Amino acid sequence: MEATAMGHADADAHGHGQQPTGLKRWLTTTNHKDIGTMYLWFSFVMFIVGGIMALLIRVELFQPGLQFLEPERYNEIVTLHGLIMVFGAIMPAFVGFANWMIPMQIGASDMAFGRLNNWSFWLLIPASLLLVTSLFVPGGAAGAGWTLYPPLSIQMGMGMDLTIFAVHILGISSILGSINIITTILNLRAPGMTMMKMPMFAWTWLITAFLIIAVMPVFAGAVTMLLTDRHFGTTFFSAGGGGDPVLFQHVFWFFGHPEVYIVILPGFGIISQVVPAFSRKQLFGYTSMVYATASIAILSFFVWGHHMFTSGMPVAGQLFYMYATMLIAVPTGVKVFNWIATMWRGALSFETPMLFALGFIFLFTMGGFSGLVLAMTAVDVQMHNTYYVVAHFHYTMVAGALFSAFAAVYYWLPKWTGHMYDETLGKIHFWLTMIFFNMTFFVQHFLGLAGMPRRIPDYALQFTDFNLISSIGAFGLGLSQLLFLYVVIVCIKGGPKAAAKPWEGAVGLEWDVPSPAPYHTWEIQPQVK
Amino acid sequence: MLQSATIIGEGIALETHIKTGFINMTKQARWTGVPRLAALAVLTLLCTSAEAAYEVNFQQPATQVAQEVYDLHMWMMGICAIIFVAVFSVMFYSVIRHRKSSGGARANFHENTRVEILWTAIPFLILIAISWPVTKTLLAMRDSSSADITIKVTGYQWKWGYDYLNGEGEGIKFMSVLSTPEDQLAGKAPKGSLYLLEVDNHLVVPVGKKIRILTTSNDVIHGWYVPALGVQQDAIPGFIRDTWFRADREGVFRGQCAQLCGKGHGYMPIVVEVLSAEKYAAWVAGQKQKMAAGAEDPNKVWQLADLMRHGQEVYVKNCAACHQLGGKGIPPVFPALDGSKVANGPKIAHIEIVLTGRPGTAMAAFGQQLSDSDVAAVITYERNSWSNKTGDAIQPSEIKAARR
Repeated sequence: MEATAMGHADADAHGHGQQPTGLKRWLTTTNHKDIGTMYLWFSFVMFIVGGIMALLIRVELFQPGLQFLEPERYNEIVTLHGLIMVFGAIMPAFVGFANWMIPMQIGASDMAFGRLNNWSFWLLIPASLLLVTSLFVPGGAAGAGWTLYPPLSIQMGMGMDLTIFAVHILGISSILGSINIITTILNLRAPGMTMMKMPMFAWTWLITAFLIIAVMPVFAGAVTMLLTDRHFGTTFFSAGGGGDPVLFQHVFWFFGHPEVYIVILPGFGIISQVVPAFSRKQLFGYTSMVYATASIAILSFFVWGHHMFTSGMPVAGQLFYMYATMLIAVPTGVKVFNWIATMWRGALSFETPMLFALGFIFLFTMGGFSGLVLAMTAVDVQMHNTYYVVAHFHYTMVAGALFSAFAAVYYWLPKWTGHMYDETLGKIHFWLTMIFFNMTFFVQHFLGLAGMPRRIPDYALQFTDFNLISSIGAFGLGLSQLLFLYVVIVCIKGGPKAAAKPWEGAVGLEWDVPSPAPYHTWEIQPQVK
Repeated sequence: MLQSATIIGEGIALETHIKTGFINMTKQARWTGVPRLAALAVLTLLCTSAEAAYEVNFQQPATQVAQEVYDLHMWMMGICAIIFVAVFSVMFYSVIRHRKSSGGARANFHENTRVEILWTAIPFLILIAISWPVTKTLLAMRDSSSADITIKVTGYQWKWGYDYLNGEGEGIKFMSVLSTPEDQLAGKAPKGSLYLLEVDNHLVVPVGKKIRILTTSNDVIHGWYVPALGVQQDAIPGFIRDTWFRADREGVFRGQCAQLCGKGHGYMPIVVEVLSAEKYAAWVAGQKQKMAAGAEDPNKVWQLADLMRHGQEVYVKNCAACHQLGGKGIPPVFPALDGSKVANGPKIAHIEIVLTGRPGTAMAAFGQQLSDSDVAAVITYERNSWSNKTGDAIQPSEIKAARR
């Protein structure tokens, strides 16, 4: 990427004059490819940081007994692992893909708002520094879980205030980015590209961007109420002052549930592009896929109570949330069936992007099933706040969102770098990740069924054996990602030259520009038929 | 691994129950042909490979509600297994047979409205079918009326308090604190089989009676969770929630706090002991006797040695979690008591803090949890331990006078 972008052969043709280089370039760039690159590297660094925290958790849980971490520290690591992975790794990764690919896919020369784009990225740096350094302030980081429930979060030290501040900044970054994406998609499509001719990745990001704008301010509201309860004498969450701790849960999860769809919908879009490419067959049911994505997004606003089944809501509420949550299974199922129908009687090949896409379909569906089981309120009462829930959301967020991110990287690396990555190593990365992921998380379903609660640093002896297996799997999973880093770096530096369209079955405007993509693409918009 | 077999449902042959659990399923389980077969297959596979240590399913149910939840889960797993096999056999067939390398012709279809309507409508109907039995169980779970005994459960950081409010045993109240020995927790002694699942005072209830549990909290949100009884309910400060259970057999059932509540979240288990009617009546009589005997003699004068001994017990159970066994605390959040101004200064200030806590911090109002003699003893202990040498012997009467 660096070689091409630096070349910038047509700089003079556009009267840019001297293009900044070095640090100034990256600080001031408004180029969607540069910004996409920064998002992706940032997300990978955060993935490693969050991953180290996961390994700290799993090393403590390797055996019964408290070996490495004091319980407060353990709670802090658990909290930061969640916040960093969701807000520092997964979300920025998908924004990185959006930045790199949406303009190229819709035939636009860049995102609508270049400077806003730059700011959306650079805000992530102070936010992540706040989160990481909160570990080292007196009292340590917030230790209330990523869900930050009061009154526990009211008790915490200044690490909680740093977290609240970080969350605000992260929210602003996401909102600004979403404004950019919506404007770009609605206004800058090439002539002839109607909405229903857009690639699915653009559709899923368009819908996700609306979700972000709708719910990030709600999260900001929730943490602001925490802040004022902590320092400014309000009692939103304190019964003594006429408030209610459960109010926080409602406000938080009204954000929190759409948030998990924010995390997965762009992933759905990626799978909807990778599967047709490697099936050499058009996506089955494009229209339904669009409607299904929109239905999932709309339904996601109605189900937040399923995170609160044991909080004491009236049974009518429990029933409503149960039925509404079950409903989401319908459009999600439609998507899975449509992907498989795309494969059916296609001409399949199994390069690494396709392997991750198939792994996604297989494992995300399993996560969907455990979600359906959790939706059954009566059963949820047994499983709430146990490792069954941990297993469920890791299947959907890791085997779901993360796998789709890996698929995207392998799929688009040739376009970004101009080189083919090492296919053999890519496949090895896939299989290692697949095996170790399941080793880590499948057994956690059993732990939850057996009654092991979440967020405990030490456990009763009957949970020993599966915790041991899970910890070994976690270390394997973590180490396997170093192979991914190696593959990516080697590919950036060199490798067999990639064609403009290295994947025979790939369809889309991004494959009509050279590999590596020039610094500016589609300065003259194509005419789409 | 051998130890684990004795843990859950003490006195019950665990392995036998897991293997025969399916056969012993009640008539409540509404099964139809194919899902039952599928679930049978799944369960057989699971059971034959399950040792006591590798628990793969819910704990053995001890109430009808828990049994229904167990059955519902098996039912769900059966349905999910069928759908899973159906969907992924299609996908794997495609992966094997529709490869480019096999050279087969590539189809061109990319929509089929009829098929799409079918695979939208059929899952929708399956969901409706699933939701009916779940709804029935949920409605039963939420009906806590006509209880025989009502017990208030209060969550504290980091222990539980039980108050028998109504029914046989009314008036009994006690705290229930983790009783796993300190050296096991610190890794200095081998862990007993009840590691992290044992408490000093069990919640004792009679078999076959409807027990209504009211939950609340003294500080942050906790979760009262006993899987074998099929109950979990958040304990929320300032509010009362309720749940209920009716144990259908005698035994000891263990659970843990299920809502992150701070550093002691993993260290506040729940132990429910279900006794026959006669044994329960005997227990109630014993408790009432103990309470009468232990009733505070406000004028009793304690010797320093007795205060220190009792004070150390109280300190280990209630104070050491934050202020540490060595009195050094974890500054700045948990102040040191060793050498502190409060522990070496005027008695009355020390008494005030222990009785009423410090609002805005984690220091609770222990006056509400501890008796006068407990408070007197623990303050005496703190003022005469480590490098503190005040020589003060605080009497229960001083505590009683300080309470307002």
